[in-house]
Amino acid sequence: MTDPTNPARTRPGNEPLVDLRGITVEFPGVKALQDVDFRLFPGEVHALMGENGAGKSTLIKALTGVHALDTGEIHLAGEPVSFAGPAQAQAAGISTVYQEVNLCPNLSVAENILLGREPRRFGAINGWAMRARAAKLLSRMGLTIDPGSALGNHPIAVQQLVAIARAVAVDARVLILDEPTSSLDAGEVAELFRIIRVLRDEGVAILFVTHFLEQVFQISDRVTVLRNGKVVGEHDTPKLSRITLVSAMLGRELGVLAEVERRTERRAADPAPLLVAEGLGRSGAIEPFDLEIHAGEVVGLAGLLGSGRTELARLLAGADRADTGRVLLDGRPLRLRSPRTALAKGIAYSSEDRKAEGLVSDLTVRDNMILAMQAARGWARQVPRRTADELVASYLARLDIRPANPDAVVGTLSGGNQQKVLLARWLITRPRLLILDEPTRGIDVGAKAQIQQVVADLAADGMAVLFISAELEEVVRICDRIVVLRDRHKIAELSGADAGVDDVMELIASGSTRVEVRS
Amino acid sequence: MSNRRLLWPALALVALLLLNLVFTPSFFALRLQDGHLFGSLVDILRNGAPTLLIALGMTLVIATRGIDLSVGAVAAIAGAVACTHIADGGGPVTAMALALVLCAVLGLWNGFLVSVVGIQPIIATLVLMTAGRGIAMLLTEGQIVTIDDDVYRQVGAGFLVLPIAILISLAVLGGVALATRRTALGMLVESVGVNPEASRLAGVRARTIIWTVYVFVALCAGVAGLMISSNVSAADANNAGLWIELDAILAVVIGGTSLAGGRYSLTGTLLGAVIIQTLTTTVYTIGVPPEVTLVFKAVVVIIVCLLQAPRVAPALRRAPAPPKAEQEVEEVAVR
Repeated sequence: MTDPTNPARTRPGNEPLVDLRGITVEFPGVKALQDVDFRLFPGEVHALMGENGAGKSTLIKALTGVHALDTGEIHLAGEPVSFAGPAQAQAAGISTVYQEVNLCPNLSVAENILLGREPRRFGAINGWAMRARAAKLLSRMGLTIDPGSALGNHPIAVQQLVAIARAVAVDARVLILDEPTSSLDAGEVAELFRIIRVLRDEGVAILFVTHFLEQVFQISDRVTVLRNGKVVGEHDTPKLSRITLVSAMLGRELGVLAEVERRTERRAADPAPLLVAEGLGRSGAIEPFDLEIHAGEVVGLAGLLGSGRTELARLLAGADRADTGRVLLDGRPLRLRSPRTALAKGIAYSSEDRKAEGLVSDLTVRDNMILAMQAARGWARQVPRRTADELVASYLARLDIRPANPDAVVGTLSGGNQQKVLLARWLITRPRLLILDEPTRGIDVGAKAQIQQVVADLAADGMAVLFISAELEEVVRICDRIVVLRDRHKIAELSGADAGVDDVMELIASGSTRVEVRS
Repeated sequence: MSNRRLLWPALALVALLLLNLVFTPSFFALRLQDGHLFGSLVDILRNGAPTLLIALGMTLVIATRGIDLSVGAVAAIAGAVACTHIADGGGPVTAMALALVLCAVLGLWNGFLVSVVGIQPIIATLVLMTAGRGIAMLLTEGQIVTIDDDVYRQVGAGFLVLPIAILISLAVLGGVALATRRTALGMLVESVGVNPEASRLAGVRARTIIWTVYVFVALCAGVAGLMISSNVSAADANNAGLWIELDAILAVVIGGTSLAGGRYSLTGTLLGAVIIQTLTTTVYTIGVPPEVTLVFKAVVVIIVCLLQAPRVAPALRRAPAPPKAEQEVEEVAVR
């Protein structure tokens, strides 16, 4: 897209700080980036959008010198540059904050911010000066964190902000944020955005990668969309419609999304509940709550991060033990001692932490899919190879998993496909209640729509689904009933038909003060 | 993938064997005498049988992210139990059964500490590594118990064309290979090793699996201990199976199984065990001065490990990449 008439190409009185021209990066067998032009201006927040595998990460890595360019050149403030690695890029003022916080939790906040460039006196680290410098930096960002406290004692969100502080500590002119919000709740995102705006107003050029459409419109000034390694659009955000953006990313009309968009008509759920929780609770995790789930309905759990969504789900799945209350399945009391007993009773739980609690990353797609089924049978009765192959093949097709190769090592798949493999693992056990904790987090729009569709289909077939998501739009769209949590309490239950995002948001916000960053 | 991983150990083994051939032209010669097969290659396998046995068990333990340091002590206990029983007038078969039952109990103890109490494996098995020799000393009352029993001698020194020790360890190798492939044990062991929490949430009885592998490695150590003591018709509480745990762990590592758990290779372990034993033999045949034998072994082991190291191996396969690019080369390869 090098259309000179495109208003986004010309920005009066301003030269691009970063100008990538004709970038091509090839990996064996793949053109990860193909003739990509990309410009970043000082004092703008620029969102980089695209599905998984579109080339976002490759573009960032090409810019920061991680990947060598096959063709093309990089200009920084008008000068051609070439970085041999991230350290050189950083020295030139390009700092990157990755999705996962790469800091040392056992060191103090100040030490983390200034790691590798500690102020020294007589050859030793000057602790006093270090804390002072860190404190100055934090206050510039409007953060009230004690620089001397251990980083590990802070929540992930604060650690993320510290990572940003570390990135700007080197007088960064360009700040790259690679999915910084994927593990933050709404309040924390707001805090992050406030800081992003502060930095932007100081003239820092910010490149922002995210999967959340809402956030793109909230924070970004311009958007560049990548698809299959090519730039398919460069837009001013205010002039961009949501549909244009999504269809540019997907490269197809919005059939899939629209289909899920309409609330699926469903048969009336069974009058007798499948599962009832009475006063179920666990101290320090979730206050006692009541909950009914019927076969054929999708119940959503909404609330901020840390509101007890996951904790509630883990009690129902036997992953944690409740210390009060009881669970009835088909009206009969059920003692959930372990995930194993829950699975035996038809309750499957897909954890929010795909990497740590879901995938067995070194094993193949096949092994990952049949793991739960095999575990239920015990080690002595191996799932016959043919049964396994048939099941795996059918789910590869049904969930549109790519590559459709049962022998691929699961760790090499993209996030969306990994999530689908996990979904297949639980579906193979033929659960009666499927608990999905953030099944669409960090995956691309296409896979997200597919997973939402699968959830709707499963419910239509009579499965009960407990659906947890930080994205309220998604919860409202696909759930029949929404349970709202706040500060580890269940505070309300809405019927999906008359619930909108605003209603849920109001409930979550009601009576609670602004979410503050703890120090 | 696993084939390529085994390439370097296999080449190292071939190189070692050829080195021996240069110094001893008759090195590969085999001769049949009184229906017994003799030769340097047979000796290597026979002397390496205890290490191989223990290394097989160790492979599964390491695949679950564990380690068992107590196998040498357990081997000593097995020998001590069997020999004292025979010395007290007991039959050789009951002696061996008694020894193996005790080993299974010791394995249960290790498994209990690791999977139920949750102590780190290296610490949990250190307990028995140090205490075990004491137990063996108690059993033998501090003496080297010598016995004279023809049946018992067969285990370590007997022949059925090939030495019985070789046959036993190959049978166990075949048994483990079958048990892990024909059942889901292999997959579940790997799954627990790669991601214990994900396995638990998927309903895998991780505790049972971990317990099973520790009992299995203890049984392997027990059989190895019987071989060692049978070979010399004596139980030496202090020296039987001394440092064999380290050889076994080394064999597993040379075979390409990561100490971080997960994917394992039984063939690799077999190769590793044979390499270690060949190395010991090589030291004698090429006449390495005794004072530097350990250094010689260490150098060979370091070379084999380096050849397999993820940072070094790609550099050897292609033109040397600039040092900074190494990490990226890995990342790209993963895609």
